[in-house]
Amino acid sequence: MFPYIIRRIMLMIFMLLLLSIVTFLLFNAVPTDPARLTCGKSCSPQIIEANRIRLGLDKPLPVQYVEWIKGIFVGRTYGSGTQTFDCHTPCLGYSFKNGEEVTVMIKQALPATIYLALGSFILWMVFGIASGIYAANRKGKWQDRTIMGITLVGYSLPVFLIGLMMLLFVIVRWNFLPYPDYVSPTVNPIQFLQTMILPWISLAILYAAYYTRLTRSQMLETMSEDYIRTARAKGLPENRVVRKHAFRAGLTPIVTSAGMDLAGLLGGAVITEYIFSLPGLGRLAIDAVKEYDLPTITATTLVAATFIIVANIVVDVLYAAIDPRVRLS
Amino acid sequence: MSDVVLSVRDLSVEFATEDGVVHAVDKVSYSVKRGETLAIVGESGSGKSVSSLAVMGLIRGNNAKVTGEVHFAGQELVGLDPEEVRKLRGLQMAMIFQDPLSALHPFYTIGQQLVEAVQVHEKVSDDEANARVETMLDRVGIASAKQRMDEYPHQLSGGMRQRVMIAMALINSPDLLIADEPTTALDVTVQAQILELLRDLQKEFGTAIVLITHDLGVVADMADDVMVMYGGQAVEQSPVRELFYQPQMPYTWGLLSSIPQMHASSLKLDPIPGTPPSLINLPKGCVFAPRCTYKDKVADGLCLSERPNLLAVTDTHAARCHMSVEQRADVRRERNIGKVN
Ligand SMILES: Nc1ncnc2c1ncn2[C@@H]1O[C@H](COP(=O)(O)OP(=O)(O)OP(=O)(O)O)[C@@H](O)[C@H]1O
Ligand code: SF4
Ligand SMILES: [Mg+2]
Repeated sequence: MFPYIIRRIMLMIFMLLLLSIVTFLLFNAVPTDPARLTCGKSCSPQIIEANRIRLGLDKPLPVQYVEWIKGIFVGRTYGSGTQTFDCHTPCLGYSFKNGEEVTVMIKQALPATIYLALGSFILWMVFGIASGIYAANRKGKWQDRTIMGITLVGYSLPVFLIGLMMLLFVIVRWNFLPYPDYVSPTVNPIQFLQTMILPWISLAILYAAYYTRLTRSQMLETMSEDYIRTARAKGLPENRVVRKHAFRAGLTPIVTSAGMDLAGLLGGAVITEYIFSLPGLGRLAIDAVKEYDLPTITATTLVAATFIIVANIVVDVLYAAIDPRVRLS
Repeated sequence: MSDVVLSVRDLSVEFATEDGVVHAVDKVSYSVKRGETLAIVGESGSGKSVSSLAVMGLIRGNNAKVTGEVHFAGQELVGLDPEEVRKLRGLQMAMIFQDPLSALHPFYTIGQQLVEAVQVHEKVSDDEANARVETMLDRVGIASAKQRMDEYPHQLSGGMRQRVMIAMALINSPDLLIADEPTTALDVTVQAQILELLRDLQKEFGTAIVLITHDLGVVADMADDVMVMYGGQAVEQSPVRELFYQPQMPYTWGLLSSIPQMHASSLKLDPIPGTPPSLINLPKGCVFAPRCTYKDKVADGLCLSERPNLLAVTDTHAARCHMSVEQRADVRRERNIGKVN
């Protein structure tokens, strides 16, 4: 068990390292002078050069990379002499466009994204798994067909369509809810819920459809296993057979997908955040792209990809927890 | 000892499929007494497993239809509330399967799976259930049972796993054990040990056993009675000695004819030329007719036009064949099948 986890963690560190290099190179592969982007229209070559030196963009690439990584772990100070500027740990760069440390911007954007991701995650897991099991237990009957039909629709609807329709009808037409205006739940929980409920649902519909299908097919597969027949031969009640034996056995692919999907959303749900004006990571990233805010683009990419890599190891550890054959080999 | 534990009458199982109705089991009748063993033999697909699963109430799905009678534990199981049948499973009737690795849940320890078998039927503390499981594992010949309880199926050998399955099946001392090819997946030496274990436990607990097998050696070793199945039907039924000495119909002859000596240790079924019938379009006449080389002995093409009934030859021996008893005796003499008297 432990060697397994340690191997996985080593792999994760390696992946993160690789990821940081790739992101860094991407940053530098852009056919624009990053220093040029640090000042607006009224830019003089002097300012550009001064900013280049301040940001350390004049140094060779490997040195820049090392300084960038160092900044993440211990922070860094831009410039020298009197014109210095501290970027606090974990320093992911400085956004001239916003006049703000990128880390601060990410920290501000993270909560909305996390709430959005976790809320819809819980919704879709509960509904997806429950209806998947229900459909599998009634395979071929009208309940199963109905659920499968609904999921097919839910699955093929683009997320922006679901979101926009909800916005249009629930808020604009019917006035069931006020216009979305994100606040932290600690400030105004009611307003928070009023803002989040539609984004949660519209994201969850898409994923629940997929998880219903996944759970159903997993259940149908495991329900025909020999050990399920054994469980029944023991005299276990059917709901125990389903929950304790079949579902447990079919859990691995569901856990994998769940980990990856949650991690993907934690990196920012661009469309949903946009539709419902949520100040999350996805919006931060898109705004950064629109404004050519390179440090922010790099940082949001790094954060989103880190979520995926970390999710990978979490999933691997869960694998081992679920399946003793993984754990003990 | 003459108390009948299980009595099956005209048990039929049909599956509605896209291609048509599969007649997997067709009016099978048998009974098993306390402490005795009935062997069911026959080729793959002859309905051995399906008929046994039907007894256990394990034929499920809305495309399946089970008819006939299954008398067990003072109740009629066909048509009984499934919940009542469930309560009997694992408590009064138990089943073990061919491949013990796939029959055990890969994610639960041996101990967890056996304890569950105890506690589903009886409210006992974890400690007591654990103690019972340990005793039972010990009884089926698993060394250091306590440690083994914390292990997972994949950590045990094939023979051990089947011992675990047997322990799980017998832990509540059921009256009936159905063993569906319990040794087919095992090494020859392990096979013998498992069979010996089953015999010992049967003696100890007085369990009635229905033993499904391909192996006539196992039949000779273990069984009191035999039922030969072909195409979903019982084609011959008798006490084991009579079946070996005076087999009555051509399919059984086919099974036996490859055997050089009655006492050979392992008498595997030699393939009979041809393939088993489709269970959807069963032949109108004798189900074995397409492969039978004796059908010209019967007048008027009766073999192809009329289904032979399962007719008694003696009180205990019945067979499904249009040939007369004299004709059958002649063939046995000519072909040196069975023991000629
Ligand atoms: N759920 C089902 N739907 C349709 N047909 C089925 C179903 N279950 C079993 N059958 C069919 O019933 C027939 C009898 O199967 P069964 O498993 O009883 O054979 P068997 O004698 O045990 O063979 P084997 O020696 O291979 O175990 C087979 O032809 C099988 O295809
Ligand atoms: S009834 Fe005819 S076809 Fe069938 S086994 Fe007897 S001889 Fe052969
Ligand atoms: Mg079988």
